[in-house]
Amino acid sequence: MKTETITQSNDSRPAGPKPWYDPRVRSIFFQIVAIALVFWGGYTLVDNTLSNMESRGISTGFGFLEESAGFGIIMSLVPYDATMSYGRTFWVGLTNTLLVSAMGVVAATILGFIIGVARLSSNWLVAKIALVYVEVIRNIPLLLQIFFWYFAVLAALPTPRQSIEVGGSAFLNNRGLYVPDPVTQDGFGLVWGAIAIAIASVIGLRLWAKKRQLATGKIFPTFKVGVSILVLLPVLAYFVAGSPLEWDVPALKGFNFRGGITIIPELAALWLALSLYTASFIAEIVRSGILSVSKGQTEASHALGLPNGLTLRLVVIPQAMRVIIPPLTSQYLNLVKNSSLATAIGYPDLVAVFMGTTLNQTGQAVEVVAITMAVYLTISLLISLFMNIYNRAVAIKER
Amino acid sequence: MKKTKSIALGMALAAGTFAASNAMAATTLENVKEKGHLQCGVTNGLPGFSQPDEDGNWTGIDVDTCRAISAAIFGDAKSVEFTPLTAKERFTALQSGEIDVLSRNTTWTLTRDASLGLNFAGVNYYDGQGFMVNKDIGVSDATELDGATVCIQSGTTTELNLSDYFRAKGMEFKPIVFDTSEQTVQGFSAGRCDVLTSDRSQLAALRSKLADPASAVILPNTISKEPLGPVVRQGDDQWFNVVKWVLNVQINAEELGVTSENVDDMLKSDNPNIQRLLGSDGNLGEMLGLAHDFGYEVIKHVGNYGEMYDRNVGPDTPLGLERGVNNLWNNGGVLYAPPVR
Repeated sequence: MKTETITQSNDSRPAGPKPWYDPRVRSIFFQIVAIALVFWGGYTLVDNTLSNMESRGISTGFGFLEESAGFGIIMSLVPYDATMSYGRTFWVGLTNTLLVSAMGVVAATILGFIIGVARLSSNWLVAKIALVYVEVIRNIPLLLQIFFWYFAVLAALPTPRQSIEVGGSAFLNNRGLYVPDPVTQDGFGLVWGAIAIAIASVIGLRLWAKKRQLATGKIFPTFKVGVSILVLLPVLAYFVAGSPLEWDVPALKGFNFRGGITIIPELAALWLALSLYTASFIAEIVRSGILSVSKGQTEASHALGLPNGLTLRLVVIPQAMRVIIPPLTSQYLNLVKNSSLATAIGYPDLVAVFMGTTLNQTGQAVEVVAITMAVYLTISLLISLFMNIYNRAVAIKER
Repeated sequence: MKKTKSIALGMALAAGTFAASNAMAATTLENVKEKGHLQCGVTNGLPGFSQPDEDGNWTGIDVDTCRAISAAIFGDAKSVEFTPLTAKERFTALQSGEIDVLSRNTTWTLTRDASLGLNFAGVNYYDGQGFMVNKDIGVSDATELDGATVCIQSGTTTELNLSDYFRAKGMEFKPIVFDTSEQTVQGFSAGRCDVLTSDRSQLAALRSKLADPASAVILPNTISKEPLGPVVRQGDDQWFNVVKWVLNVQINAEELGVTSENVDDMLKSDNPNIQRLLGSDGNLGEMLGLAHDFGYEVIKHVGNYGEMYDRNVGPDTPLGLERGVNNLWNNGGVLYAPPVR
């Protein structure tokens, strides 16, 4: 009886569409086909490239990274000379790229926030100056700005023999800014120790101050006291240890200055151009973020008696951040990628050193380009990751 | 759904293209004849070697080498399209087939010959690396350059020679590396560097571009050998031979006294060497896959090596380079082409 009913109901149910008419089945089928084609395409591409290169006698592989490079690079953060390997030129290029990107991100963020806030200022002149800045800078191609700054920087500076001298130890000329290089002597470990202790005590102080404020409502001047500790403790340790620091002062020998630390004009120009350009976009992002916070928040804050500065810092900006951060992330990515324009003015970044000279001396275009692309991809994904973590931390928590 | 379908279709098409390009294995000469012009890689502007004028007509010794190849294939020196390339781009452009021949003051070295999948088809200019300095820094010899800042173009043998030279002499230098020779000169005239280094012929060309050419001097030192010449892809011997023999024909023509002016009279010459050269006797051209009289076309349209030299870089041009080592072997130079027979 039971079985009969089941059979019956089975028969009466309208038969489902045939598999090739079922949209679900079809979509899965086509996706599998598409994936297979992508893999097949990728495989063909790689296989074809390799066999073509082999048949034309172009050497392949990553062995070239161990050969000695034999060319000079003007600026390197890691030790480098022409006898070192192409692998080392990669690190020189990479660290130079990271340096200018990090400097650019910091400067562009600070400048961008200032200008973004200035655009909303009630002072007519300040607001208009910020407006003109944004409209001019963001509408001129970056490459032109890099050229402008490079040649403006160079044109403004005297030749090495007519250097501008600051206090007899720092010099500025068209080969760069030369400053004394601190060389640590025995006993400098005490100063490092003092710096570590200072940082730890400032963190402790902040935790204590916050706890006390929550308990009693009294505000402790954490910032002023913290800065004092950070400055005074290492300075004290420095003199206690008997000033264990000597300065390598640059001096004019032959055509150029030797010794000290040099900041080359290529770095200065690239940094200026990248920071100013990106700041104009960040300013607009900050402005839109602030405008997204309802005016009622400001009014409520004023009603509580908070002054303008505190209102901005404690009420408006924290709420604006959730609008600001996602587009800010993409500006950081742009800045890092734009730093590759360095090659136009001779700043030795990854693209100039590795994808330029190294590629050309070895002829291993496929490998070098692949490595370079992987590096930019990695940097970009890392920035994106950290910004997303930060975004999650500052996002408004719904309760 | 529709999207998935079109992506799949696109992939299939793309994959089909790969397969097609793989199957196409015609020789370079056939390809050039097929498309009706020669694609030639040159510099993006170097007086005397390859430089476009206001009307976009390219001139220079490297350009003439391209035109001679075109004359040999088509009987017309104008069937050439030029691709301006930076030093960094040149080899990739040739390897990938974007150009048929690279004629861009490129130095013949072992590494390039052996590992880049390229063949050097001869030398159209024997050069060497030198230094140019501003007159007012008061240097008259390269050994006084310790500590100098040097402007240089990226991706060249120059970059390696420079480093070798200073290391061998125990001197220091600071390299400022630019992308193009244009930017290098700009850096030099802006005072960013004390010295500009490059092949001597290029220095002469770049010097002529300065606002005040008299303000700069080229030092007497030559620190390297730089044989410059046309380059082709490896693995196509027919094409390699064509490019090689167009240059050899020009050098032989100078040796035999055949010029673009007297070439028509020379067709009637009794000298068997000239008869073979111009194709009035024998079928040497056909062995190369060209017309039997390709030599005549080359000389008629472009001229012999000496004419090409004098017109572009010789003493009467702004570059003012003496023949020197670039003279014929029987005239005190090193130009010695194998016989056409």
